[in-house]
Amino acid sequence: MGGQSISIGHTIDGHPESRGARSGLLAIFESWIFTVDHKKLGIFYILYGVVFLVVAGIQALLMRIQLFYPYNTFVSPYTFNRLFTMHGTAMVFFVGMPLIFGFANYLVPLMIGARDMAFPRLNAFSFWISAFAGPLLYSSYFAGTGPDAIGSAPDVGWFAYAPLTEHAFSPGHAMDYWTISLLLSGIGSIGAAINILATVFCMRCKGMTLLKIPLLPWVYASSAFIVLVAVSPLTACQAMLMIDRYLGGHFFDTAAGGSAILWAHFFWIFGHPEVYVLILPIFGFASEIIPVFSRKAIFGYPAMVAASVCIAFIGLGVWAHHMFTMGMTSYSNAYFTLATMLVGVPTGIKVFNWLATMWGGKIRFELPMMFSIAFLFQFVVAGLTGIMLSVSAWDWQLHNSYFVVAHFHYVLVGAFVFMTFAALYYWYPKITGRMLNNRIGLWHFWLLLIGFHLTFDTMHIPGLLGMPRNIFTYEADRGWTLMNQIMTVGGFIQAIAVLLFAVNMVYSYFYGKEAGPDPWDAWTLEWSTSSPPPSYNFAVDPEVFSRRPLWDLKHPEDSDSAFE
Amino acid sequence: MDLLPLNFAAAFIDSHGTSVFSAFSTPGKEINGLAYFVLAISAGVFLVVSVLLIHVITRYRSRPGDNSEPPQVFGSLQVELAWTIIPILIVVVIFLSTARVLFSVQDAPKPPDALDVVVTGHQYWWEFQYPQYGVVTANELHLPLSTAASPRATYMKLTSADVIHSFWVPALTGKTDLIPNRVNEMWVDPQATGLFLGQCTQFCGPEHAKMLLRVYVDTPEQFQQWIAAQQKTQAELNTSASVVTVAAATTTTSDQDAKLGQADFEREACMACHNVSGTMAFGRLGPDLTHLMSRETLGAGIIPNNAQNLKAWIVNPDTFKVGTLMPAMHLSDKENTEITAYLLTLK
Repeated sequence: MGGQSISIGHTIDGHPESRGARSGLLAIFESWIFTVDHKKLGIFYILYGVVFLVVAGIQALLMRIQLFYPYNTFVSPYTFNRLFTMHGTAMVFFVGMPLIFGFANYLVPLMIGARDMAFPRLNAFSFWISAFAGPLLYSSYFAGTGPDAIGSAPDVGWFAYAPLTEHAFSPGHAMDYWTISLLLSGIGSIGAAINILATVFCMRCKGMTLLKIPLLPWVYASSAFIVLVAVSPLTACQAMLMIDRYLGGHFFDTAAGGSAILWAHFFWIFGHPEVYVLILPIFGFASEIIPVFSRKAIFGYPAMVAASVCIAFIGLGVWAHHMFTMGMTSYSNAYFTLATMLVGVPTGIKVFNWLATMWGGKIRFELPMMFSIAFLFQFVVAGLTGIMLSVSAWDWQLHNSYFVVAHFHYVLVGAFVFMTFAALYYWYPKITGRMLNNRIGLWHFWLLLIGFHLTFDTMHIPGLLGMPRNIFTYEADRGWTLMNQIMTVGGFIQAIAVLLFAVNMVYSYFYGKEAGPDPWDAWTLEWSTSSPPPSYNFAVDPEVFSRRPLWDLKHPEDSDSAFE
Repeated sequence: MDLLPLNFAAAFIDSHGTSVFSAFSTPGKEINGLAYFVLAISAGVFLVVSVLLIHVITRYRSRPGDNSEPPQVFGSLQVELAWTIIPILIVVVIFLSTARVLFSVQDAPKPPDALDVVVTGHQYWWEFQYPQYGVVTANELHLPLSTAASPRATYMKLTSADVIHSFWVPALTGKTDLIPNRVNEMWVDPQATGLFLGQCTQFCGPEHAKMLLRVYVDTPEQFQQWIAAQQKTQAELNTSASVVTVAAATTTTSDQDAKLGQADFEREACMACHNVSGTMAFGRLGPDLTHLMSRETLGAGIIPNNAQNLKAWIVNPDTFKVGTLMPAMHLSDKENTEITAYLLTLK
């Protein structure tokens, strides 16, 4: 091993294709719209997710204005109910899923030394079909005519419980836009998941056994496995709902003997694993970023792999903790309590491993690390409120209150969004060749942190004081008013932070500092090629001997390959 | 909108608030004990992790100018086993604590003297039936006090006439869903008298936010009096002899209006949706109005029950609750006045 000079990822020329001579707007348009290149598709997914983050975020702000004081008439109950339905649906399917698939597409081939994903055309198809779903759903605002408004979006909550969604209670086509757009999004997710699994299992470069791949491809494989199992129940219940609404079926039509609780089972068999689909890649980002900025290898790699796989499997068996108040038997409630608590064990292992990675390190407080530290703290809090909710008897009080809303926003904003920003600051230089501006970034970080805690720390309290969710207004004598006002102020602060980030993304693309191939002094294969990489990724197929190929190159006297 | 319930709070007696920690019942108290226990453990875990995190980010900051790498540590079997086994033990402890309360509350055997209440959810109001007494009412639930000396539990069966609703009175106990085509069960033994507030907690349509709950816990004597009053039926005012024979001096305008109002009520569509026991009105689609004036609120707890609000509701329910299934009937002002006068007699 010693003395061998291994050139990894040399590019043939110094001019990456995307910065080459412009050959006309039409050629650029074609090269992007018809691309099957995982990097371009990854960028599309990420930009798509950021756009819908802003759209659904504005919808959240409108709700927070309405809830600023009791009996407010900023929006009608109909509009408000559409707002929370669209906000939730968009955030899960048009922000969360695209963002994780975007990073998967961009990073997985690069990290395993491959030239592209296993199925590039399936990749393009998956992107375009799920991208179509977003505008389709939002077009319901104009096209989903119902008897109570001119054009209407769905207003049944993102979980769309039956029989409220049956034709008797949801006339018009709002529900159908919801159903069909989610069917399309599901097809795209399945295609992406197939691609990720095939790529990770079949396209690794020479020397890269499964136990030498970075943790990010591992969590993506787990996440993709969940998608393959969990999206089918959603597709099935969407089909059953359409049959009820148009073909005379009565699956969920309780007036004709159907079962409302059946919908809840189908939906949550999808819905709970879905949140593990979203959060596992976030764990992957943390496992890449925290080591680099602590200057230490990830602590306990095999345990991290085992924990990811455990979370995937256990997470498929906990869904009815969303249904503790629906009257299942005490034995069912007890099982789902236990399973949900158990999933906290591998999750806790991950948190401790990240802490142990930082322990004894030399921590550099760059923006990716700052967002990661906020993620760590916030994810622990979110996990603990999750444990509280898994206590089924206490969930009888907390279910469907603002305590639940606080919990899942703590995970989705405090963990998912914060860590996604960490990933964006970390990999933006690789994708564009330029660093994001640090000063704007610091404003972004601190404003987001302050706004997040103002809103979501406070939000737990109205829940404990009896405030239910999905309400367009509330009674003045409940004592919830002041806290709602604080939550609204925090929302606007977060909005400014996100706006600053959007400005930073555009500004730095043109004026950011040149990044070079490896601005962070990192260790995985994507940092061995140019920024941005050429279309073929690596001129010479890499060969690796450990989990940190670039560490081995930079520290031949202390290479990982001597220990693994 | 000048009919907003802005002076609402002043018109009503103090309630017990809506904090989940109040727990004025046995199941509520058991849940609370468990909640405090889990909160304590969570706080402990939070403290440990926070202290570790703060220690790590202060002690292991990289010093300026130091570009050397720290010693690379890849794992430690003992430490990793410890933080696997200890969390599993914590899970076992909180699971067993939860299971104890779960079985104790959910599978509690029903005492023979328990009060039965059947709750049916509607868009956007609550129907309460007391099958043991033949009483049907709406929106305001009366329950008897339960004390250590004379315990009296209430066992509720919950279902829905349309979509899924959920019955939540936080200061009493946890919630249970009302699911159509299914009967769920819950029980509560209220241990303080007074008013308990709650509301529907499963999104059920546009006016979900306005499907409020008012639970009045009475002393056993007060409860029996209330039941007796609810069991009385009303009479057909406009067929009684008094309309024809009594002298004008002994009837007031509102009496005459009330008699004409009952005739209006039965001639127009009102009786098709509403029930007034003892009269021709036997509709079950809307709230039972037999003892409407025994209730403090209208519209499922959202406005005070007085003549002005009552008439405004009849004229157009959308004024208070847009999306309510009761339509504006577009009656003349004379008819609206008469019907209001009639309803005001339904004590």
